[in-house]
Amino acid sequence: MNVMDIRATSALLYLDGVHVSFDGFHAINNLSLTLAPGEMRAIIGPNGAGKTTMMDIITGKTKPDEGEVLFDGVTDLTRLDETSIAELGIGRKFQKPTVFESHTVEDNLLLALNVDHSVKGTLFWRKSRNETERIERVLDTIRLTSARRRLAGNLSHGQKQWLEIGMLLAQDPKLLLVDEPVAGMTDVETQQTAELLKQINQDKTVMVVEHDMAFVRELGVKVTCLHEGSVLAEGTIDQVSSNERVIEVYLGR
Amino acid sequence: MAHVLTRSLDRSATVFVFVVAALGVLIPLSNLLLPAGSPLQVPTYLVALFGKYACYAILALAIDLIWGYCGILSLGHGAFFALGGYAMGMYLMRQIGSRGVYGNPILPDFMVFLNYPKLPWYWNGFDMFWFAALMVILAPGLLAFCFGWLAFRSRVTGVYLSIITQAMTYALLLGFFRNDFGFGGNNGLTDFKDILGFNVQADGTRAALFALSCLGLITGFLICRAVVTSKLGKVLIAVRDAESRTRFLGYRVESYKLFVFTLSACMAGVAGALYVPQVGIINPSEFAPGNSIEAVIWVAVGGRGTLIGAALGAVLVNYAKTFFTSGSLAPYWLFMLGAMFILVTLLLPKGIIGTLNAWWEPWKAQRLTVAANVISAAREDGISESGMAE
Amino acid sequence: MLTRFCRKIRALPFAALLIFASVLPVMAGPFEDAVAKFANDEFTDTDEAIATITTSGNPRAYAIVSALQDGRLSADPDTKKVYITQSDGKNSDASTGAPVASIPDSAAPVRLNNRLRRTVEAALGALTLQSPDPAKRIQAAQSVFKAHDEAMLPAVDSALQKETNKSAKLAFSEARAAILLFKEDATDAEKLEAIATIKARGDQEALALLVGLSGEQPPAIARAAANATASIQSNLAMWSAVQNAWYGMSLGSVLLLAAIGLAITFGVMGVINMAHGEMVMIGAYVTFVVQETIRTSYPGLFDYSLLVAVPLAFIVAGAIGIVIERSIIRFLYGRPLETLLATWGLSLVLQQAVRTIFGPNNREVGNPSWMSGAFEIGQITITYNRLWILCFTLAVFALLLAMLRYTSLGLEMRAVTQNRRMAASMGIATSRVDALTFGLGSGIAGIAGVALSQIDNVSPNLGQSYIIDSFMVVVFGGVGNLWGTLVGAFTLGIANKFMEPVAGAVLGKIAILVLIIFFIQKRPRGLFALKGRAVEA
Repeated sequence: MNVMDIRATSALLYLDGVHVSFDGFHAINNLSLTLAPGEMRAIIGPNGAGKTTMMDIITGKTKPDEGEVLFDGVTDLTRLDETSIAELGIGRKFQKPTVFESHTVEDNLLLALNVDHSVKGTLFWRKSRNETERIERVLDTIRLTSARRRLAGNLSHGQKQWLEIGMLLAQDPKLLLVDEPVAGMTDVETQQTAELLKQINQDKTVMVVEHDMAFVRELGVKVTCLHEGSVLAEGTIDQVSSNERVIEVYLGR
Repeated sequence: MAHVLTRSLDRSATVFVFVVAALGVLIPLSNLLLPAGSPLQVPTYLVALFGKYACYAILALAIDLIWGYCGILSLGHGAFFALGGYAMGMYLMRQIGSRGVYGNPILPDFMVFLNYPKLPWYWNGFDMFWFAALMVILAPGLLAFCFGWLAFRSRVTGVYLSIITQAMTYALLLGFFRNDFGFGGNNGLTDFKDILGFNVQADGTRAALFALSCLGLITGFLICRAVVTSKLGKVLIAVRDAESRTRFLGYRVESYKLFVFTLSACMAGVAGALYVPQVGIINPSEFAPGNSIEAVIWVAVGGRGTLIGAALGAVLVNYAKTFFTSGSLAPYWLFMLGAMFILVTLLLPKGIIGTLNAWWEPWKAQRLTVAANVISAAREDGISESGMAE
Repeated sequence: MLTRFCRKIRALPFAALLIFASVLPVMAGPFEDAVAKFANDEFTDTDEAIATITTSGNPRAYAIVSALQDGRLSADPDTKKVYITQSDGKNSDASTGAPVASIPDSAAPVRLNNRLRRTVEAALGALTLQSPDPAKRIQAAQSVFKAHDEAMLPAVDSALQKETNKSAKLAFSEARAAILLFKEDATDAEKLEAIATIKARGDQEALALLVGLSGEQPPAIARAAANATASIQSNLAMWSAVQNAWYGMSLGSVLLLAAIGLAITFGVMGVINMAHGEMVMIGAYVTFVVQETIRTSYPGLFDYSLLVAVPLAFIVAGAIGIVIERSIIRFLYGRPLETLLATWGLSLVLQQAVRTIFGPNNREVGNPSWMSGAFEIGQITITYNRLWILCFTLAVFALLLAMLRYTSLGLEMRAVTQNRRMAASMGIATSRVDALTFGLGSGIAGIAGVALSQIDNVSPNLGQSYIIDSFMVVVFGGVGNLWGTLVGAFTLGIANKFMEPVAGAVLGKIAILVLIIFFIQKRPRGLFALKGRAVEA
């Protein structure tokens, strides 16, 4: 263990010098980023900046060519697969809302609960009062109590986004990775989602990738701007949006 | 443990179990007790034929369990069926003893013919029924476990998996055709004499085998129901619909697939073992890739994702096959079968039962909302609603 | 020792006479007497008769001895008449060659034992050493090489001196070396030279000769022989590797041909077409129909039948492919497992349709003259049809690559497969491109059928035997990459052929299948897989 690691232990998520390339294309280039426990961070950046690939790396879907990815200062995420990372307490919401369409809303949440996920456990599973209560609470939070028996496939786009956030809540992770939560939502829904995320942030660490600047401003948190696979600027939304290089990247040169 | 069984029996499942059980009792009784020629007497050849259908229905259930519920399309399930059949065939061969053409007390006829000096080691133990019965489950189960462990761990999915399962059964086909594999080569295993001391040709034995096949079908059905109505069943459907989402929720998808794939292979093996004494032969053609695909279409016709549909599909398609191939329409059977593949996938993707279910859905939903209110009042009592949610 | 001595005694006058025979004019009398000796049915008499006849210089000698070898010589012990049954079934008198209506019942074939058979072989060799046809002379030299009978040495020497043809001269000197090597009283220098010559020949027979050399040799010769044996063995091993490689290339070209259309439909479009093999089969039947038509109407044009069949097969299979795409496959895009089932059903229908029209048995498709025959390089034989198929496959592959790269259809095809919606919004008629792409893949399968009809049985099951292999090739090579298909096909072909001698044909095939299954575990997306986010989508 060296000095770097001691510093890293204070961060919940710690990325340092991460590189990924696909057939010569450098998707992530010397990316370094830290997230303190309890923090909410917004990630912005133009298309192809590497936002989703970064999430793929954190959740174990993509293995970096080099670099360090530490969770809780001790766990090397690059050695784990998606399942183990999820069990560690990292939850992820996809860019395209991904729910189990042929299950009911309630079953979607039931599947997301962080209980025994082994084959044996699920085969002999029996619903407990504790689980029922947790599902009730989440249903209430995401305002889908009345739709609990509907098939998830029949929900509207916004409801699916919320259901997926609800699944994250049921999963009860330490760190939530939220990819474009308000894409395709109305203004009211966007506003509600921002509030929901703030509420979640009260006891969990959150990383939000979003294009919608109004939404990011609404969150009022520290912003990191990615470009070509590395960090371009970091700071408050005002600092970042007045950064000349950010403007250059967004408006073209 | 008990709750696993109780929740698996909803109304249609109970009806299914009762119908199969009734057939399994009434048909043998009518065959044995009523005088030949009586209009209600089921002739022995029909008993054997229905027994075959029941075995096919078990195979269809096995395929439906992985395809309908977990999205794994195996084009090699015929291999597991055949392996179970061979295990049973080996037992039946050993039972012939010195009654074979060459009269060798140990070696089956084909081994004498091919100048085997002694019994190959893997034939040991098959003179005992319990050992053969164990192998009926273990041999396909072990193959499926090893194959699945490799395939699912490396995330081979979709058509890739289908193609390598097909390659697997093809490789076994080539292997079992060889004389030096020690399974009778081209001719396979046949000329069986008796099973557990009963003559396999006797009416009583055939009736008993049919009843056993029905029992096997009921058991297989209940096991599948228990699996799909458990939370594990929900996970399987989740894997089918959004595999990587399931992974990100912390489920070890490969373990689930491996479990259900192995279970399904064991079921297919049992189906094969029940099949062999009823048809009196097992040969390498059972490994032909075409057989496995044909079994898939039974499930598609009946309705995948509905266990009753799978069993029904197997019986319907095979009845049609018997009907067409025995008459003057024989040359047209392959046209029929081919057309069935095309039309079912194009026009009836949910299969017969699935389509019927879809028609009933609005009516059922209406009933459900009423029931839901009742349930939400009763939820505190821990009543499971999975039966209603189906 | 004694037999060898006897043979020498027997052979000496025989060889001397042989030399005279080529010089002296034909003499009558002893020849006829010798022929009559066959009727005694005694091995010693037969032996003498052969010696006399061979040295007689009589033009009937070759016919008689070769009839004797083939068991077509019969003799009547009562009349002492000897008859030849010609290969066309007619009979003639042995000594005069005059036709005979029928052989009397009392006549019986002249029997041979193993020792006599060798004598007959040597005699035939000597008789043909002087044949005016160089090919016959070479053949004779080869048989002398194999028999290496000392008695032949003078004959070989004289033939060698007169010989002007280069390859015949080489054959004679090899034959001479073979004799010298086994000659008791040859000098060590002669034997060493002989070993060098045999080593230079370097084939299986040279090896057999050296291995057959007795153990009691002077150390220098034994060493030289051992060296030569080792050298020939390594040479042969090299050639057998070359041969396996060639067989592998040939199998690879067949696999590539069958898989190349699949690389388009499955690899580029992502449509899994289990009826692909039936497109190949249809191509083969088109060839059959074309050849039948030419046979009955324009027999002179038979050599051009394949030139007609190739475009026709492309059109027929391609058209059927387009119909399939429009009527079935387009409804199943994005549902690969259903496509698999539907196209499997289609394959059953197509097979049964062909079975109904053309019957279930193999149909005869002939090779045009320019595809028949073979030639030799070193120790291996290359048949023209295999060579043509290899060239043809590579040509089709190159043409396809060029088409994808340089034509507008190729460009549209790549655009549609990479981003369908984008392509559609750019004004590309995506459904037309889909149909044409599928038609192209099917058409190429049809062309493959024309080529496969030249080396395989044309039956309704033709396609089925290729479908699993072709899928293996495409999956192994990596989906969506034509070069991967090329490398995959040749790798699998060559691996298969190198596996065969070790494990046998069937086990070799099983081993390859198992290896591919393991390989797919390791690299689920093939040898040349695309990486990145787009793949998962």
